[in-house]
Amino acid sequence: MAETAQKTIKSSEIDTKFKYEISKMRGGEKLMRCFQCGTCTSDCPIAKFSDTYRPRQIIRMTQLGLKDRVLKSDTLWLCASCFTCTDRCPQDVEVASVIRVLRNLAAEQGHIPQVFKEECASILESGYAYRIPELRIKKRETSGLPPLPKGNPESIRKTLKEVHLLKHMEKKGE
Amino acid sequence: MFLGCAIPYRVSAFEVSARKVLGKLGVELVEMPEFNCCGLPLDPISHETMLILAARNLALAEREGLDIITLCPGCAGTLKKVNKMLKEDKALRDEINCHLKEAGLEFKGTQDAKHFMQVLIEDVGLEKIKNAVVKPLTVLKVAEHNGCHILRPKEFIGFDDPEDPKTLKTLVEATGATCLDYMDETECCGAPSVGVNDKIALQLAREKLNHIKAVDAQAMITICPFCHIMYDTNELRIEKMFNETYGIPILHYPQLLGLAMGMKPEELGFSDLRVDTSKFMKQACEGEK
Repeated sequence: MAETAQKTIKSSEIDTKFKYEISKMRGGEKLMRCFQCGTCTSDCPIAKFSDTYRPRQIIRMTQLGLKDRVLKSDTLWLCASCFTCTDRCPQDVEVASVIRVLRNLAAEQGHIPQVFKEECASILESGYAYRIPELRIKKRETSGLPPLPKGNPESIRKTLKEVHLLKHMEKKGE
Repeated sequence: MFLGCAIPYRVSAFEVSARKVLGKLGVELVEMPEFNCCGLPLDPISHETMLILAARNLALAEREGLDIITLCPGCAGTLKKVNKMLKEDKALRDEINCHLKEAGLEFKGTQDAKHFMQVLIEDVGLEKIKNAVVKPLTVLKVAEHNGCHILRPKEFIGFDDPEDPKTLKTLVEATGATCLDYMDETECCGAPSVGVNDKIALQLAREKLNHIKAVDAQAMITICPFCHIMYDTNELRIEKMFNETYGIPILHYPQLLGLAMGMKPEELGFSDLRVDTSKFMKQACEGEK
C-alpha cells in the first residue's frame, strides 16, 4: 500500500460517500474520529515486518474515499486481527473492525483470498473450518478422546442460506 | 465442551491434557454433537456469517441449559463477543434469530462462554489447583505466552489486563515453576497471517522465540492451539530459515499442570509435541530427587 498510496490522487477516483458508507456499518462507526496519530501503525506487529501494511494509511485512504485502491489492495488481507490497534487507539476507533468492514466489502466485490474460500466450503460441508483427516478421527479413540462430534451441516446450511455473500459465491461456483 | 476446528485438526495434545486435568479437578464436561465452527475464520469475508455461526452454537448450549467452555481463545473470544452483542442489541438479535429459525433454533441470551483458563481461575479456583499439585515443579523456569484473543478486544472480552496479563502467570506459578518476564510478552504469534504471508508470520514467531531464549526459559507455556502450532510446529523451520538455535519445548498449559498434578507425560500427549522435550523432562524430574 505504501507504493499505491504515493501515487498522485486524481479527483475522479475519490468516492466522497465512501466514508459515510463505512461509518454506517457495524465496527466502522468511529472511522471519522481518526486524527492520524499513528498509534495503530507503530503498535502493529504486522507493520513491524511488512514494508507495505500500514493501518493508519488504510484508515486515511478510507476517509479520503479512495475506495478502489483500498478494496483492491492485497495488503488489506495482512491484518492478523490481534486487536492491539483497537485497544490502544486514543480516539476509540475500532481499527481492526474498520479493516474487517473493508475486507467484507472487498469480498462482496469478489476479492477473496483462496484460504477463506477453502474454509468457507469446508464449514458448509462439514461444520469445521478444516477438513479433519480420517486418521485424526481414528486416533482420537486410541488417545482416549470421545468421538469427534459429527456436527449438523444441513442445519448449518439452513441458517446460512440467506447470507448475501454466500449466495453470491455459490452463483459464481466458488 | 466446545472443541472448535484447530484442536481436532492438529492439536489433540491440548485436548487430551485439558480433559485429564479438568477431570481430576472435578469439572464435568458434556459433549455437544451439533456444535459447529465458532465463525471467526469467516469474519474477514462475512461478518454476518460469523454472527450466525456463533449464535447457532450459543443457542444449542442454551437449549441444554449449559455454559460453554472452549480450549481455543479464538472460539472463546468470538462466542463471548457475539453473546454480548446479541444480548445488548435487540434489533441485531432479531435479525440473527430470523436466520436461526430456519433450523428451529433461537438465541435467548441465557448462557455464558468461557475459555479453559478462565474456568480454572474463576470456577475451579487457585486454591483447589494448588491443592491438587503433588509434584511441584520448583526447579523449572518457564515463559508464558497468552496470545491475543484471550485478552483483546478488551471491550468485549473483559478478562485480565491486555497490557499486563497476570492470570496465566499465576496459573503457571501454581505448579511451583517460576514464570519469567521477557520483552514484548503480549506480542501476537503471527498465526493469523499464515496462508496470507507466511514470511511475516514466521518473523513474528522468531522474534518471540528470541525474547524467550534471552531470559533462558526452559519452556514456553501456551493456552492457544494456533500460538502452539506457530511455535512448536515451526520452531525447527525457523531455526533453519534464520540460522537460529532454540531447542525450547512449547507446552500446552494443562500439560505443565498435569505434570505437577502427578500425571505422566504419556497421559498428557507429550508424544505429539514436535520440539524434543527429553532435556526438559530431565530438568523437571531433577526437582523430585
